[in-house]
Amino acid sequence: MRTRGRLNAATVTLAHGAGGKAMRDLIDDVFVGAFDNPVLAPLEDQARFDLAALAAQGDRLAFTTDACVVDPLFFPGGDIGTLAVNGTINDLAVGGALPLYLSCAVTIEEGLLVDILRRVAASMAETARAAGVVIATGDTKVVPKGACDKLFVTTAGIGVIRAGIDLGADRAQPGDAVLVNGRLGDHGAAILAARGDLALRAPIASDCAPLHRLVAALLEAAPGTRSLRDATRGGAATVLNEIALASGVAIELDEAAVPLSEAVRGFCEILGLDPLYIANEGKFVAVVPADECAAALAALRRDPLGRDAAIIGEVVAGQPGRVTLRTGFGGRRIVDMLVGEQLPRIC
Amino acid sequence: MKYADEFRDGGRAAALIAEIGRLLAQGAAARRRPVRIMEVCGGHTHAIFRYGIEGMLPDALELIHGPGCPVCVLPIGIVDDCVALAERPGVILATFGDAMRVPGSAKSLLQAKADGADVRMVYSPLDALALAHRNPEREIVFFAIGFETTMPATALTIRRAAAERIGNFSVFCNHITIVPAIKAVLDSPDMRLDGFLGPGHVAMVVGAAPFHFVAEYYRRPLVIAGFEPLDILQSIWMVVKQIAEGRCQVENQYARTVPERGNAAALRAVTDVYELREFFEWRGLGSIDHSGVRIRERYAAFDAARKFALPHARIADPRSCQCGEVLKGVIKPWQCKVFGSACTPDHPQGALMVSSEGACAAYYQYAGLRRSQAGAA
Repeated sequence: MRTRGRLNAATVTLAHGAGGKAMRDLIDDVFVGAFDNPVLAPLEDQARFDLAALAAQGDRLAFTTDACVVDPLFFPGGDIGTLAVNGTINDLAVGGALPLYLSCAVTIEEGLLVDILRRVAASMAETARAAGVVIATGDTKVVPKGACDKLFVTTAGIGVIRAGIDLGADRAQPGDAVLVNGRLGDHGAAILAARGDLALRAPIASDCAPLHRLVAALLEAAPGTRSLRDATRGGAATVLNEIALASGVAIELDEAAVPLSEAVRGFCEILGLDPLYIANEGKFVAVVPADECAAALAALRRDPLGRDAAIIGEVVAGQPGRVTLRTGFGGRRIVDMLVGEQLPRIC
Repeated sequence: MKYADEFRDGGRAAALIAEIGRLLAQGAAARRRPVRIMEVCGGHTHAIFRYGIEGMLPDALELIHGPGCPVCVLPIGIVDDCVALAERPGVILATFGDAMRVPGSAKSLLQAKADGADVRMVYSPLDALALAHRNPEREIVFFAIGFETTMPATALTIRRAAAERIGNFSVFCNHITIVPAIKAVLDSPDMRLDGFLGPGHVAMVVGAAPFHFVAEYYRRPLVIAGFEPLDILQSIWMVVKQIAEGRCQVENQYARTVPERGNAAALRAVTDVYELREFFEWRGLGSIDHSGVRIRERYAAFDAARKFALPHARIADPRSCQCGEVLKGVIKPWQCKVFGSACTPDHPQGALMVSSEGACAAYYQYAGLRRSQAGAA
């Protein structure tokens, strides 16, 4: 085995992306060192997997990709690395897949401190190890100042879906219950607060977490689960609209049942934001047949990542694609897809 | 949530609604049409839709959503001026978030930003002044909009900039004042309103006195209302009660926030920094006398309109738009010729479709109209 390169520079320069020794040193020292695993170690241009071993775990392969461009890179509850790894794990998990292998491509703006890169690589490695997935292949590019914002991380992932699992946004039926696995809006609120533009200090940490074990527990307790989506960008409201549209059903939510932390409620109240549209990184929306709903809720609540799980509404016959909310005040309103970004109101 | 949940109690709401229904039933036979109450302020419109209040009210009551959404009444020409400012080399344009999507004749600020202009979203004019401190080599222009609610904050920021002798900060002042707009609505020949919910946050600054003309000259009840759902219901109940008892008064439901004489310090800052304009152009309502303010000569150094040459083009509202009739309560949003077809939240023609406080955007969602799948890009 060849000796690993060592990187002595304090900042990343274009030379580290030029394909020569500087690049090899960066990859070896920062990434291979952190990710350290037998699939990655040979440093071939591709990771290689034994098909028979994959086939033994299920009958379908799940494949997904995720681009992370979060600003700031580090925030309460996580960083761009945890976000990339957990985001890809969750995209696989909500399809019912067991996540196995990830790729990791980083786009680095020249001038980035090598220490920042090391911290991100270490947190990706730690997150992957804790979740039991392997970062099997990667790529690095360095771009001139201004061509990207500090650091972008792109991950792809593959997982295996066990025979018999069939989740789909088009499978919700009237009578089904709508569940979430915990308090909504933490991630988006934490990022907004961490940016520091708002002169608001809020004790809110991102909910960034890998959900595959929780999903496995849910599917074990409620094998008839129909739809599962992680409520990332656009929040729970967007996912619910997607499910209602794809299934041709209506969904009625109960505002009083939506789990929210006091901090997020207050944050949204002051800024005029609706927590239903705020991004989460460790929350899914599940549609479960009524007769499995109690078992599903109990299974979720047994796991720390589902401790605050709740039934927030039900699927009804109504106008296809319509999501409504019974307000705590006694009224009803439509919960539509957002047209663009949520823009704070001025007065 | 303390100090908020108390004002969102469903049980109290039900009791108020029953009482409103009882009062309305008293005069129903003589009236033969619904009682029409205008909530002047966009903040009320937003709360009414957010809590689903409209659907809880008896059919004998109609709410008309008035002109008090500052984003909704921004004329196209001013958005164009703002885009021109944002596109000047060296300028950072600081704006409240919901002004970013208002369409100009060529583009919105959001599009200008995508094309390379430096447009920053701020929550307060002081954030814009902080940008000026942090970027001494750039010119920071704050796009100042809003009624008397936001006017004092801009005034105090200009005074602070003057005191600190900041040379790279100016304000594109488009503040407007609500009383002339209420008057314009009341003077409109097709006016069909029976009473008003008065704008609580404006009244917090100006006090109750400026609204007395509504009761005295126009013989309509007006209740200055707070913004929590129970505030709104109680205010509606107070208006309906006045109608039932044949009274026309200005009453203050929002007394926990609105002092009778307003906020003296805020008013002093406003008078010091601004003077009334002869007229101001409102989207949908046209030109209204004495309805806007400009920065006084003594603060000219902080006036972006003096500092920079602006196109100042007057651009007529799209002819198909009936925003004005919606604003005056003559037609309902869905009765507009382009509602839901040429004008949707994705492609707003009229400003009422832009802001979440705009009646059309709110109704579009409430009616559940969806863009066709084919049209969705």
